[in-house]
Parts: sequence; C-alpha cells; structure tokens
Amino acid sequence: MKRILLALAACLAATGAAEAQRADLTLGMQLEPPNLDPTAGAAAAVDEVVYANVFEGLTRFASDGTIVPALAASWEIAPDGLSWVFNLREGATFHDGTAFGAEDVAYSFERAMAEDSTNAQKQLFEGINAVNVIDDVTVEIGLDAPKGDLLFDLAWGDAVIVSPATAETNTTEPVGTGPFKFARWVQGDRVVLERYDNYWGEAAKLERVTFKFISDPTAAFAAMMAGDIDAFPVFPAPENLAQFEADPRFEVIVGSTEGETILALNNAKPPFDNVTVRAAVAHAIDRQAIIDGAMFGYGIPIGSHFAPHHPAYVDLTGLSPYDPEKARELLAEAGLAEGFTARLALPPPAYARRGGEIVASQLRAVGIETEIVNMEWAQWLEQVFANRDYDMTIVSHTEPLDIGIYARDDYYFGRHDPVMQALMEGLGTMTEEADRNDVWRAAQEHVAVDYANVFLFQLAKTGVADARLRGLWANSPTQANDVTQVYWAE
Amino acid sequence: MLGFALTRLVSLGLSLVVASLVIFVAIEVVPGDPAAYMLGMNASPETVAALRSQLGLDAGPVERYLGWTMGMLRGDFGVSYTYRTPVAQMIADRLWVSLPLALYALALSTLIAFPVGIWAAARRGSVADAGVMGATQLGIAVPNFWFAMLLVLVFAVNLRWFSAGGFPGWEEGLFAGLRALTLPAIALALPQASILARVMRSALIETLGEDFVRTARAKGLTRGQALRRHALRNALIPVLTIIGLQFSFLLAGAIIIENVFYLPGLGRLVFEAINKRDLIVVESVVMLLVFAVILVTFLVDLAYAAVDPRLRRR
Amino acid sequence: MRAFACGAAIVLVFVAAAAVSFVWTPYDVGALDIPAKLQPPSAAHWFGTDHFGRDVFSMILVGARVSIAVAFVAVGIGMGLGVPLGLAAAARRGSLLDEAIMRGNDLVFAFPALLIAILITAVLGPSALNAIVAIGIFNVPVFARVTRGAALSLWTRDFVLAARVAGKGRVRISAEHILPNLANLLIVQGTIQFSLGILAEAGLAYVGLGAQPPTPSWGRMLAESQTMIAFAPHLALIPGLAIVLTVLGLNLMGDGLRDLMDPRLKRGRA
Repeated sequence: MKRILLALAACLAATGAAEAQRADLTLGMQLEPPNLDPTAGAAAAVDEVVYANVFEGLTRFASDGTIVPALAASWEIAPDGLSWVFNLREGATFHDGTAFGAEDVAYSFERAMAEDSTNAQKQLFEGINAVNVIDDVTVEIGLDAPKGDLLFDLAWGDAVIVSPATAETNTTEPVGTGPFKFARWVQGDRVVLERYDNYWGEAAKLERVTFKFISDPTAAFAAMMAGDIDAFPVFPAPENLAQFEADPRFEVIVGSTEGETILALNNAKPPFDNVTVRAAVAHAIDRQAIIDGAMFGYGIPIGSHFAPHHPAYVDLTGLSPYDPEKARELLAEAGLAEGFTARLALPPPAYARRGGEIVASQLRAVGIETEIVNMEWAQWLEQVFANRDYDMTIVSHTEPLDIGIYARDDYYFGRHDPVMQALMEGLGTMTEEADRNDVWRAAQEHVAVDYANVFLFQLAKTGVADARLRGLWANSPTQANDVTQVYWAE
Repeated sequence: MLGFALTRLVSLGLSLVVASLVIFVAIEVVPGDPAAYMLGMNASPETVAALRSQLGLDAGPVERYLGWTMGMLRGDFGVSYTYRTPVAQMIADRLWVSLPLALYALALSTLIAFPVGIWAAARRGSVADAGVMGATQLGIAVPNFWFAMLLVLVFAVNLRWFSAGGFPGWEEGLFAGLRALTLPAIALALPQASILARVMRSALIETLGEDFVRTARAKGLTRGQALRRHALRNALIPVLTIIGLQFSFLLAGAIIIENVFYLPGLGRLVFEAINKRDLIVVESVVMLLVFAVILVTFLVDLAYAAVDPRLRRR
Repeated sequence: MRAFACGAAIVLVFVAAAAVSFVWTPYDVGALDIPAKLQPPSAAHWFGTDHFGRDVFSMILVGARVSIAVAFVAVGIGMGLGVPLGLAAAARRGSLLDEAIMRGNDLVFAFPALLIAILITAVLGPSALNAIVAIGIFNVPVFARVTRGAALSLWTRDFVLAARVAGKGRVRISAEHILPNLANLLIVQGTIQFSLGILAEAGLAYVGLGAQPPTPSWGRMLAESQTMIAFAPHLALIPGLAIVLTVLGLNLMGDGLRDLMDPRLKRGRA
C-alpha cells in the first residue's frame, strides 16, 4: 500500500515538474497581421507579432518606454552632431544562419529610404544622408542637421534590420535576428514562433509562442474563459474586465498607451474654423462620462495632445471643463445660438463607435445635432484622412510623441499653424532633454488654448493574462507584444 | 437533347460574363484604396503611389478587368494585396474549413430531419405531430448567430465541453478538427434541419395520398410499412432538391457563424478582404461562388431534362 | 386556423408596438444615462437598461418599427419588380424575353446574398435604406419565379382562352385575369419573405450594416450586448426573443393563410 502511495506521489511530482517547465504560450490578438514584415506596411498587428521577438533594430523600446541598445551595442556622436557611429553586436546571426553585419544595416536603411520604398514610416529616415560601412561591426550614419530623436526613430518596428537574402520573402516567412524564429502561419488563425537557439543575447524562456487571432470580442472572452488562450494583452472589450478580475485564474493588467483619443474637428471647415465654436464643443463634452460609458472606466482624461505618463506632461483639462451652459453661451457668441448640424465619422474600434454615441448625445444637449456615419478603416483613411471630407471624427493617435502633427499643413485637421511650426522646427535640433521638454510643454499649451481638437482621454492598455504568467508588458510604448522575458511562475 | 444542352451552355457562358462584369464594376466603385489602407496614417502620397504601382493598381479599369478574367481562365486568381500570397492558394486553404463545415452541417441536418419528418408524417394530425411542427417553426425563426452565441455561452464558457472557436487544422487529427467544427455545424444545422423536416413530412404526406400507396395499404400493409416501403423513395426527390440548395447556401452563407466562432473559412476571408479593400480576393471568391452555383444549376437542369423530355421545351 | 390566429396575434402585438413607438415610449431612446447602465429588468425599466443606461423596452418598441419597415419595404420592392417580370415571362412563354428573365433570375440567385449585401453597404455606406435595397434585390427573383410558375398554369385555363378569343392582348389578360388570381399566392409568399426579411435585417444589423445609431435596431442590440451576455444576459435574450417571436408569428400566419386560402393544400400541413 505504502509503495503504491509513493508511486502515486512520484507521479504527481512528475506532472508537477512538467507543469513547472511549461514553456509554451498562446497569446490572443484582435487583428491578424496582413503580412509579417514590419517594414512593409503600417498595420500595428505586424509589430505586435514580430517586434523584438523576431526582428530587432539598432535600438529598441524597453517596456517603460526608454530607448535601449539592441543590435547596436553602443554609439558615439560626433561633436557637430552630424555623424553617429554605431558599434554593432558581434556574433549575431539571422535565423537562416547567415551572420549579421554592418552591410545588413546599410542595406536595410537604404531600402527604406529609396525612391520606390513602400515603408509606411519613411519620414523616420528624413535627414539621413549617408549610411557608411566602416567595418563588419561598425556603421556610421551621416545627417544633414543634428537629429535629437535619432535613437528614438531607429527603435521603431519600421526601422528593423533585415537580411538582403530574405527581404523579399519576409512578408510570409520573416527572417530576423531576434530570440524567436518564425515557425508557421495558418492564415486566418495563428502564427507560431519558436525559440532561436543561436540568439546573440539572453535566450528566451519560452520555447514556443502562438499568436492567435480573434477579432470578435465575445469569442475572445469565451476563449480566455475556456482556457484556449493564456493571455490577451490588448483585450477588446473593457466591459468584461470586471469578470476577469473576479476570477482568481486571471490577472487584469492595466497600463498606458501612447494613444491620445481625440474628437478631431475639421479646422478648415465652417463652423469649426472658428475657435469660439471649437471651444463651445470642448465645453459640451463630459470626458468622464465617455470614459465610463465607452471604456467602462479605463482611461485618463487629457486636456491636450500629450501622454500623461511623459515627464513633460501638463494637465490642461481645466481649460475645457464640462459646462453645457458655457458651451451654449459660446455658441451664441459665435452667432450659432440656434445650434447647427454636423457629421461625425466613426472608425470601427469600440472607443470610437461607443464614444461617438455618447458625444452625439452630449452635443445634442447644447443644440448641436450630429449625424453618425460609421466607416471601415479603408473608407476612413480615404474620406476623412486623405480627402478631409468630414466635420468631426473620433480617433486614437497611437504614435508616441506625435504632437508635431499640429504643425503639418497637409494634415487632416485642416490647420495652418505657424506657431507650432516654429516650435517643432526648434525641437528638431535640440539634444538637451530639458530644452526639449520645454518645447513639448509650450506645444501642449498652444494646441489646448487654440482648442485645435477636443482632447478626450489617453487610451488605456487593458489586458488579461493567466495569473501564473510573468514578464508581459503592462504599458505599450510602442505597439508590440515582447514575449522575450515571459515565463510561467512555479 | 444536345441542342438543349448547347443553348444552356451558351446561356451559362453569358451568365458568367455578366456576373464577372457586375462583380468587377461593383468593386471598382467601392470607396477606399488598398494601398492607402496598408500604409496607414503616416505614409506620404509618393509612398502610396509607389505601392499602387507595385500592386498593379495604376493600370486602367479595362486592362485590369481583362487581366483578371483572362487570368482566371488560366486558373490564375492573382495575388492578394494585403497577404501577398496567391489568391488561389488562399481559397484552397479556406475551403478545407468551409467545405467540411458545410458537409458536417448538412449531415447533421439530414440526420435530424429524416427521422423527425418521417415520425411526424406517420403520426399526422396527432398532438405529437403538432408539437414537432411547432418546434420546427421555432427552429426556423431562431437567428443562427444568436443561437451560436447561446451555444458558446453554454458549451464553451460554462461547461467547457468544446473550445469557443478557432480551428486547429486537420494535421492535428480528424477528431480535433471535427470537434472544432461541431458547435458551428450545430448552429448552422438547426434552421436547415427544421426546414428539411417540414419538407420531408409534407412530401411524405403528399405521396401517402397517391394511388400506389393506397393500393399497398389495401393489400394489408400498415401505414408505417407503406410509408417506409413505398412513400419514402418517392418523397426523396423534393427533399434532395432542398438539400442541394442548402449546400450551396451553407458554403457561402456561413459568414456570420465563421465570425462568431472565428473559423478561418471562405466567408470570413471575403468579409475581412472587403474591410481591408483586398479587392482581388473579394472579386475572385465571389466569382468562384457564383460559378459554382451556376454550374450546379446547369447540371441539375441537364439531369432533369434527361429524365423528363418534356422539360426540354421549356 | 389555430396557427393563423396565434401567428396573427403575435404579429399584431409587434405591429402595435411599432405603431405606439411613434407617439410614445417610456423613455427617450436617444437619452443616455450612464450612471444607470446595465440594470436588470425592474418596475422602472421593464426590460432593464443597456450599457449606456438607455431603456431597453423603449428600444425594443422603436426597433420593431425599424425591423418591420425594412422588411416591409423590401417585400414591396420584390413584389413591385418581381411580379411584373414573372407575368411578362409567363405571357411570352419560351420567348427570348422569358429566357432572359429566367436566366437573370438564376444569376441573382447565384450570388451569395449576404456577401452582396455587405458589398452594397461597402459601396453606399451602411444605413437602413441600403439594407432595404440589399434585401429587396434578393426578393425580386423569388416573386418573379413564383408568379411565372403560377401564371403559366393559369394561361392554359378556359377563362384565359376565352379572353384571348375575345381579342384581349397579353398585357390586358395578365392584368385583368391572371394577376387577380395570383393574389392569394402572393400574399402567402409575401408573408414568408417578410419573415425572412426580418431575419435578414437582424443579420445585417448584427454585422453593423443596418440602421445606424442612434436609431435602435434589434440586430445591433444583439451585437452590442454580446460581450455582456455573461453578466447582463437580458440584453442578449430580449432582442433575440423579439426576433424569434416576430418571425415565428409571421411564419405561423403565412402557413395559416395558405391553408385558409387553399384548402386543397391542407392535408399537407399542420
């Protein structure tokens, strides 16, 4: 009898040990990437699979948003700021076995900058006039003018290093230098990555990571609940988070993103060309009601186009408190006491569709009738973004530190803003952190005082994970699911 | 007979040309540019133009129409804009989910409908019959996506008998594949089974009234025996026609169900392709589905005409 | 007969609900009350409130209006175009016109309906009107086929032959002798298409292609409540039941009507 018990105990211990060594992970994502090459399109879903896992750049975003070395081990700036020398990692290899070297860096950057380049963030490379190979592990980047944010720009997924041999096939069979190599893509269902054993740095703890694509929020909820999925870093339905929180099997991870969610107003089109009307709209909006109603409480109110977690953030929500009385007065002052009618274009995400219904009802309360027009992204990009045929729209601007868009004449906001242009021009050449932060503050105040748009809230990153998982990113300094440090506890 | 077949063949060809034109024109006027969609908010117009020319979108409409149709005749469906893989390959992959799902649902619906229909027909006019017919009315009235939601809630979230959706792939084994398709197949089969059971029952009752069945009964067969030995075979013709119709419906009509269960099937492929403006995929899949239905109709017409010469004059 | 009465009663309730919603709803369906969101059914809110704190009962009332209007107009389009086409095809049996109409029918049938509806809304933008167009188009061949089939058999009847001998033209015969005799059949088919239209509208609205907010719609209510089914099941159950009941009522009514109008068929149905 005792022997049987011992055997049983041994069995149990064995299964326990097997569990402790669990080295696979299934991660849920709402959107499937159209391809797996981060240099071939704007789809965030591409980076969410391959960034830091499969592909690496010279630098990279760490989980707290700082820029840390990746394929570049170190760098020096010339005294005039016009040349940067990068010392590359030795011993790094691509997953096809070929060695990584300075030639690959030159190839990747020249490809992205080329005339016929289809890199969606080509502007990251603006101002670079030369990429010189000094030796196998040293590369020099020449600039037209000092570029304070070069390291930041090179950390983007669009600036990762690819091998000339595989650049054309990376869309379906990505080959990078990261700790995971591509294993399999079942289109419409999942992408599988496996640990790359010859990785130059610290090896990943997981052996196998499966990214599963579930667009339907209900299906995502059911899949989490049924245990089909171990983590859903950006869970699409905030209304379900309370249930996950109540369930000890799960942990809800709430972090910040770079997404300033705004009610954009077409500044070029009457009546929104009048700052008094824009101010009236801003006072008609109750941010907290939108956060509660559309995001079930997740999100931080913002008063300008800037992320609250950034050191240079200034809280400017006081410039446009919820005050329907004031809004009506401002409308009357602008000669629109009778109110007016405007269209509200809404792209697919829940923050826009749900937020839009709340905005419409709040605007109606001050006499502004809205006509909601729901759109798919393709149509939104053409009609609103490219052709600027819109009155109002709700969208989250997820690029980090993107307040510079208010300086652009060709942008869909329809603004011409010499003040912002001067500020941003000055910023480009500054390398001192303190100086740069002063400019960021001035820019925030300028767009807020001008009521350029109605600034709603900073999008939260709300994820769900198995409570035993460790090492997932809480925040989202860039759109990525870095699983290189993820492991199972116990 | 040959003449009849030839005229029908000509009209089949004409139908296909008309269909391809309709599809192409409809998709031409859809607002939204695939290249702009792929490059997102920060891309410059020059970059978008470079991608458009890479994708072959800068050619004129006539040129693109001819390129598309001529390619299809050769079996070349083009290359997906967003996935950058051959469309024919994508369709083939998705058919490995959609086709088994349609067959599974059809099998389920037939397995339910036959006994229910026969059972109700044999008890025509009884309370049991009325109850069964009421239940089938309910089955027809339930929207299948709603039924699917309830199935997921009960069997995947609460009982955890099945996974909530997704498809592991056939290489994981026949059982794993069938398991993943079970809930979707049930959701699809419920209304179909209800319709089929009703058709089965009325067809049986109809034939039970025919002379040859009455004769059989006069010879001393019970109602049940007459039904099984004589009526059933004759009732199969309308039933099979309905099954044929249901099959083509199931193949293309599972879009919503494929979304609820996130199955990588043909319907979801097109749905997502429309949203991503991957127009070449939309064109080719719709054309293929239309071709399949037209071809089946043509073959059925031929078969009927072969059996019943009177129809050839129609 | 009992089926007809049952069905008609259910349908009447929903038509009445839709009619009442024009003059009165317990709450304004456009008014949001976010602090009062997701309440279960109570005396104040008979069917509870949704994720914006809107009154679900009021939304069901107005939603009935949308569903019924969409399905009704879609049937109108189908009849308005399909019946004349069917009559024309029957009047010119075997002609090129007949062949063209029938092949055109087959062609429309060959297109996957939901896909085309999605395409139509991708072109024209989602709205209740475009949902009507999408559903209406697919009603046309149904009515054309049914009309042609029945009209063909009428053309061989004695009273039609008599009219032809009297020198009446094909158009006049179709209008004066054929059409009146098709009325029963068309009413029955219309009821069936009506119920299919309600289901189709719900499906389109469910994928976001029906009536747009703030107009309530049963299908969209289902879609929006899906993620809350586990903690606010009333939000998913109530619109679903509304759809099921309406469709059931219409189907029972259709079957009942068929039996009432054509007793010969009665032996085949319950």
